Amino acid sequence: MRKLIIFALLINVCVLHAAAPPGPPSEAPSGEEILERIDNNFYAENRVSISSMIIRGVRGTRTIKAKSWVQGMDKAFTEYLSPAREKGTKMLKIKGELWTWSPSTDRIIRIAGHMLRQSLMGSDVSYEDFMEDPELSNIYNARVTGEETIDGRPCYLLELKAKKSEVSYYSKKFWVDKERYVPLRQDWFAKAGKLLKTVVIHEVFKVENRWYPRRMTFRDVLKKGSGTEFIIESIDFNVEIPEHIFSKASLRR
Amino acid sequence: MIKFLLKGLMRDRSRSLFPVLIAGTGAFLTVFLYSWIQGAIGDLIQSSAQFDTGHVKIMTRAYRELSDQIPNDLALLGVESLLEQLRSNEKEMVWTPRTRFGGLLDIPDERGETRAQGPVMGLAADLLNPSSPEIKILNLNNALVRGHLPREKNEILISEEFARRLGVTIGETATLISSTMNGAMAMHNFTVAGTVHFGITSLDKGAIIADISDVQYALDMPDAAGEIVGYSKDMLYDDEAMLELTKKFNDRFSKEDDEFSPVMLSLSQQNGLGEYLGFASALGGIIVVIFVFVMSIVVWNSGLINGIRRYGEIGVRLAMGEPNGSLYRWMIFESIVTGFVGSILGTLVGLGASYYLQFKGIDFGSVLQKSTVLISSVVRARVTGWSYAIGFFPGLIASVVGTIFAGIGIYRRQTSQLFKELEV
Repeated sequence: MRKLIIFALLINVCVLHAAAPPGPPSEAPSGEEILERIDNNFYAENRVSISSMIIRGVRGTRTIKAKSWVQGMDKAFTEYLSPAREKGTKMLKIKGELWTWSPSTDRIIRIAGHMLRQSLMGSDVSYEDFMEDPELSNIYNARVTGEETIDGRPCYLLELKAKKSEVSYYSKKFWVDKERYVPLRQDWFAKAGKLLKTVVIHEVFKVENRWYPRRMTFRDVLKKGSGTEFIIESIDFNVEIPEHIFSKASLRR
Repeated sequence: MIKFLLKGLMRDRSRSLFPVLIAGTGAFLTVFLYSWIQGAIGDLIQSSAQFDTGHVKIMTRAYRELSDQIPNDLALLGVESLLEQLRSNEKEMVWTPRTRFGGLLDIPDERGETRAQGPVMGLAADLLNPSSPEIKILNLNNALVRGHLPREKNEILISEEFARRLGVTIGETATLISSTMNGAMAMHNFTVAGTVHFGITSLDKGAIIADISDVQYALDMPDAAGEIVGYSKDMLYDDEAMLELTKKFNDRFSKEDDEFSPVMLSLSQQNGLGEYLGFASALGGIIVVIFVFVMSIVVWNSGLINGIRRYGEIGVRLAMGEPNGSLYRWMIFESIVTGFVGSILGTLVGLGASYYLQFKGIDFGSVLQKSTVLISSVVRARVTGWSYAIGFFPGLIASVVGTIFAGIGIYRRQTSQLFKELEV
């Protein structure tokens, strides 16, 4: 009788195992854990960077260079360094508000409402993207849906769903490098399921124990053109940033 | 005899006054309605040509596809050289570059912070060049309400209603927030030189007019323009000639495999204006047919009533030996006389009313508050050469046709029965 019970239990376990949907191996981290590790790579208390933005439009390519100071999630200040037309233009983000100043007009203009959906300097990134909370785990729930290989690197396939509906992209699909926890490819979707943007990270580098993208391409799939390439020329994490940088007065300085 | 019959016609009101009144009313309504609709459609076409379509318009093939969205990223490049070619090849036309743009107009306070702001529709035209026809085409001298036309760089005109709403005065700074040709945010300071009233609701709600070189700088569009518009030198639109010009240009310059190659469209090929033009030219015929039909029935009916009333008179004339044909022809002659007199009177009254509305117009501004169509808020009638003649068609034809049907009864009278009928 005991043998019969053990046999029945074994059969039961086998049947249940066979009926379970195929998924990631049991040792795979959960979606939330992966998001946290991505956040650990990308998010810092503060950082100062110099980057170039190569905008590949239908009728030509433009390169814009900028220096950015970022503090936590709420404060960011960017000064455009080149080309001549954009040089000196500054942008300030404090919490949910965004201002811009251009030397030719000497006007501080608050960017709000529908203007937030406009393209940032003609790139494939909008002001709204720029305003988004950089910590993914604050906005999205994540679920591992499988594994795939991107450019020879094994990746977790992650499905992100927004915790609240008032976000620019309701769902995202990430291909996260299993070793470095960098999303090598991202697809961003509207609530209706329409693909809006793609992000491809071409090159990553290690800085202060974290993996960070050096070169990546944003592409607004609703726009013509070959996308906008971001190149991080230099980046310093956790440096001292004077508080006065994040004030409207510094826009005119 | 004729004198006697004419006297009878004059003295018998039912034979003269009522047919004249019927013919006159028909002629009046035809002339008035025709002139009114000609005015309304003419206004729409003229406003569209002035501010939007030109007699012909050149843009890139890609821009044409999305022209409602004003896609300046798809604007024409190398505009100076294209204009040079057009001016040397098509000398009977006037060519001028234009750029339409949208955005926000922001008025600063003394600290440079936003005091007032509103969405704006902009038109960049060649205003500072002394040889440019734009001031005349856009009728800016007449539209000016306050201030002066742009004389210096970065001076703009703003619609009077919009200026009042924003509380902006002449000489103040206004910052345009828009998009560059590359899609980046553009900010540019202008000075308000004057205010204008176009009489077109969609423009008066919020429009600015700036010099094209300033807008080229502001929107990062060097040697570029959204459109090049062309007008015939006499400013009269000739659809056939414009279609021919369009074909000639497109055969030479437009390439199907190059979305940035220029393409020319005539006024009738834009914004469904071809249908309006077709409608306007068919309108005279439509109105005449409707009125001839309706009035023929009315005159036929009144002829039948007349026939009963004049039963005795016709009987006597037949009994005296007047042939049926002669009597029938005489009745038709009578209808020609009454129709002619009625048409003259109706046309005169119709022309009077039309001329009054041509100068006075009716203001539909309050109904067109949300309109985005380039149509004048004051709709006027327009008296054309055809207005003088069109009333005679229903006036004469309807009278004659009505009498032809009503008079058939004459042939049904039996001569043998006449005396018996007359005894009664």
